[in-house]
Amino acid sequence: MTQPLKVVVVGNGMVGYKFCEKLLTKVGGGLFSITVIGEEPRPAYDRVHLSAYFSGTSVEELTMAPASWYAEHGIQLLTGECVVKIDPAAHYVQTHTGLQIPYDKLVLATGSGAFVPSVPGVEKEGVFVYRTIEDLDAIIGYSKGATRAAVIGGGLLGLEAAKATLDLGLETHVVEFAPRLMPRQLDAAGAGMLKRKMEALGIQIHLNKNTSHFDGGAAVARLSFADGTSLEVDMVVISAGIRPRDELAKQAGLAVGPRGGIMVNDELQTSDTDIYAIGECALHKGMIYGLVAPGYEMAEVVAKNLTILSSNGETTIVPSLGERGLFKAFDMSTKLKLIGVDVASFGEPFCEQTPHDTIIVEDKLKGIYKRLNVTTDGKYLLGGILVGEAENYNMLLQTVKNRLVLPPNPEDLVLPARKGDGASAGAGIADLPDEASICSCENITKGAICQAIEEHNLPDVAAIKKCTKAGTGCGGCVPMLSDLLTETLKKQGKVVKKVLCEHFDYSRQEMYHLIQTSGTRTYDEVVAKFGKGCGCEVCKPAVASMLASIYNDVIAKQAVIQDTNDRFMANIQRGGTYSVVPRVPGGEITPEQLIALGTVAKKYDLYCKITGGQRVDLFGARVEQLPFIWEELLEVGFESGHAYGKSLRTVKSCVGSTWCRFGVQDAVGFAIRVENRYKGIRSPHKLKSAVSGCTRECAEAQSKDFGIIATEKGWNLYVCGNGGIKPQHALLLASDLDDETCLKYIDRFLMFYIKTAEPLQRTATWFNKLEGGMEYLRDVIINDSLGIAAELEQELQYLVDTYHDEWRVAVETPEIRARFSHFVNVEEPDPTLEFVEMRGQKRPADW
Amino acid sequence: MNNQPTTWFKAAPVSAFPENGGACVKYNDKQIAVFHFKQLDKWYATDNECPHKHQMALSRGMIGDQQGHPKVACPFHKKTFSLETGLNLQGEDYCINVYPVKIEDGFVFIGI
Repeated sequence: MTQPLKVVVVGNGMVGYKFCEKLLTKVGGGLFSITVIGEEPRPAYDRVHLSAYFSGTSVEELTMAPASWYAEHGIQLLTGECVVKIDPAAHYVQTHTGLQIPYDKLVLATGSGAFVPSVPGVEKEGVFVYRTIEDLDAIIGYSKGATRAAVIGGGLLGLEAAKATLDLGLETHVVEFAPRLMPRQLDAAGAGMLKRKMEALGIQIHLNKNTSHFDGGAAVARLSFADGTSLEVDMVVISAGIRPRDELAKQAGLAVGPRGGIMVNDELQTSDTDIYAIGECALHKGMIYGLVAPGYEMAEVVAKNLTILSSNGETTIVPSLGERGLFKAFDMSTKLKLIGVDVASFGEPFCEQTPHDTIIVEDKLKGIYKRLNVTTDGKYLLGGILVGEAENYNMLLQTVKNRLVLPPNPEDLVLPARKGDGASAGAGIADLPDEASICSCENITKGAICQAIEEHNLPDVAAIKKCTKAGTGCGGCVPMLSDLLTETLKKQGKVVKKVLCEHFDYSRQEMYHLIQTSGTRTYDEVVAKFGKGCGCEVCKPAVASMLASIYNDVIAKQAVIQDTNDRFMANIQRGGTYSVVPRVPGGEITPEQLIALGTVAKKYDLYCKITGGQRVDLFGARVEQLPFIWEELLEVGFESGHAYGKSLRTVKSCVGSTWCRFGVQDAVGFAIRVENRYKGIRSPHKLKSAVSGCTRECAEAQSKDFGIIATEKGWNLYVCGNGGIKPQHALLLASDLDDETCLKYIDRFLMFYIKTAEPLQRTATWFNKLEGGMEYLRDVIINDSLGIAAELEQELQYLVDTYHDEWRVAVETPEIRARFSHFVNVEEPDPTLEFVEMRGQKRPADW
Repeated sequence: MNNQPTTWFKAAPVSAFPENGGACVKYNDKQIAVFHFKQLDKWYATDNECPHKHQMALSRGMIGDQQGHPKVACPFHKKTFSLETGLNLQGEDYCINVYPVKIEDGFVFIGI
């Protein structure tokens, strides 16, 4: 073995510590002899959460790792030791106690100090900076005899400091030179909102104030400003920015920037290639990064490069260890809670150079300001600002970083969720690619976190933090960790169980099985046996649907557990009237039937519209008219179209080979057969289908739950497509099928979906959550990998065999028919119904 | 909510109302929804109009309980209301009137 490479780290702050940690985890990381020299009396602590010290968090809790950690890992840690000299030629550093420590590679992680402007009187008693635990102790000590404090600097750190003085019970003033708070992160409107919030909390904000001198005797008593005004105070905390600690580098002759900072290249080498600089002391492409995340990334880059170097002692690249690390311009997105106010700024918050359009949401009442910068085509998010509420920060940041395509209404990403809106519009965590960085401080990807959860059976967020280090930096990604945990556990079928509602502790799939095996046939039996309470509007229709899928009884027998549409077997519309849609299989209709529809519509004064599913919808029927209307429709051979049910709607078709010169199969004929086979079957959600007679796809079968497209040899079967809110193309399940095989696969597919989906989950959503995707589905449906195909076919055949036209049953059964009345004590229609005329027909009056 | 009903309105026989569901009765110009929880042998009466979009629809809504508290869900937008207090249970700003119900000689009486 060769001698271990001597690595000396100057500075034991967060980044210096992180560098050690990263170096140890690298391949060959054990080949180093590491010495860390810190000037503070204690090992590195979490400076980001320094203000927590005021509210009682102990030094130990803030400590990154105790001294014993360094010892256990063979790192020599010298605290309270100040490096005063670097000798680049002789390769050693010297401390203030005269200690000389030789190095092969030197890493400067000296960080930054508070920038103290050279204002007359700045040396007075009662003027502090806000940087170290010692500074905080001094502030706490002095505050006992003080009542009014001013913080100079209205940036991120300044507002943190203001929180600290507020927590100490002092009257707090913030003095900012710029015309707004947090000028680097916020625009004028966002900063204005933050100012209002701060003022509401009792912090007085003074903008456009240039402090010209500190007045008083030995102790500070007043700030005087350049505009002639002044502010009486008895202590001052200066937080006007940071100054990179580059004095050692300067003394050693390393190149530094004109305004400070040790100049580094992309590999983070200083002008001496054996000396690196990382963190806030480093000046990379003219930029000092005052955030912890880029500092950690720098630590990673240097750790990686030193490892590559050490494994062959040369500076050539070892391919097996990958490319050398290069530091790239870093995203300055940040989210923090300032005195209870969420503030975030991400991507390009101002977009000064980039063409963009803005979406701005401002709610002065609630103190919320949100700004999104989107590309002018509305497709991508460039960046934005959030004040007052930043719940979506992580998703928005990921949307920027991964260039995810925005949903059609990007404003939904920042508008408060409206109750009852159902599906969320934004991109979910499930949509993020595995390589998406979730924790940007530690640069940990979604894939790595999910893998750790699975491999180590991590039960909670605390365990994820411990195992992966994600969420241990700024903590901004913690909510996402929680989502990932839920998501991952759910995928494994663990713990997080989607129960039906508060009345049933079972998922829909479990309920389905329980009902089927127990033979329970009514809701009352089901709730008595498997649930509790009186049920609700969530579990009643869900159970009703399962009962119908299993037994196919007449749904009207249990009318009160059906949603209103199923209860009255028509679609409720504005005003409280209903619409009627008779089934027109495949869209094929006779002139007699058309005439009958017209006659009925005229007789009952119904508004007529052709639906998207090749049927006719008759609107404006009063509840008591429904049985009469149906009586007439039944007479000419119409059946219920189940437009009101979570069941098969229409099987749309193009005209096919019987008329069309391009058609290769009889699309209408097959559509009619398909529609008649599956009509009336209740499913977790509605089912739509279509048959196209050739590849031109005029019936739009690929947007359906199951769609069939003719080929020269037979049919191609597509499944799990969707139109609606989130369009999704159906995927090919099988090709060139004959009629019987096609129906067999549809039988199996439908029954598999009916038995395993969540309530109100369309096939597309169901499929998206199906582990194994199309390969798995194909295996189940075609190869019968679960050995359930025969059972699925049998169950579906039972539903086909027990089909009944529920409107015929209703019309012919007096006690069911009697329920179609608005009042139970008088035979009168609802007197409040109101219609207005529109293009020669009626429509309900506005509500 | 009327604590002291001045009139007991004889609405309809018990058999006219569905079990574990609702139906609507007309009293002068008023529409009143009546709900029957069979297992608990409890009756409730409220306005038939949902205050959200002013639809005469609550009697067609599904009933049930939220943590044991009886409620009705409007069929239009699933706004839920307490059958005891008439308050919206999703914390929204509107509510419905509730009326006392008594059963005598097989008839449903509503206190107006």
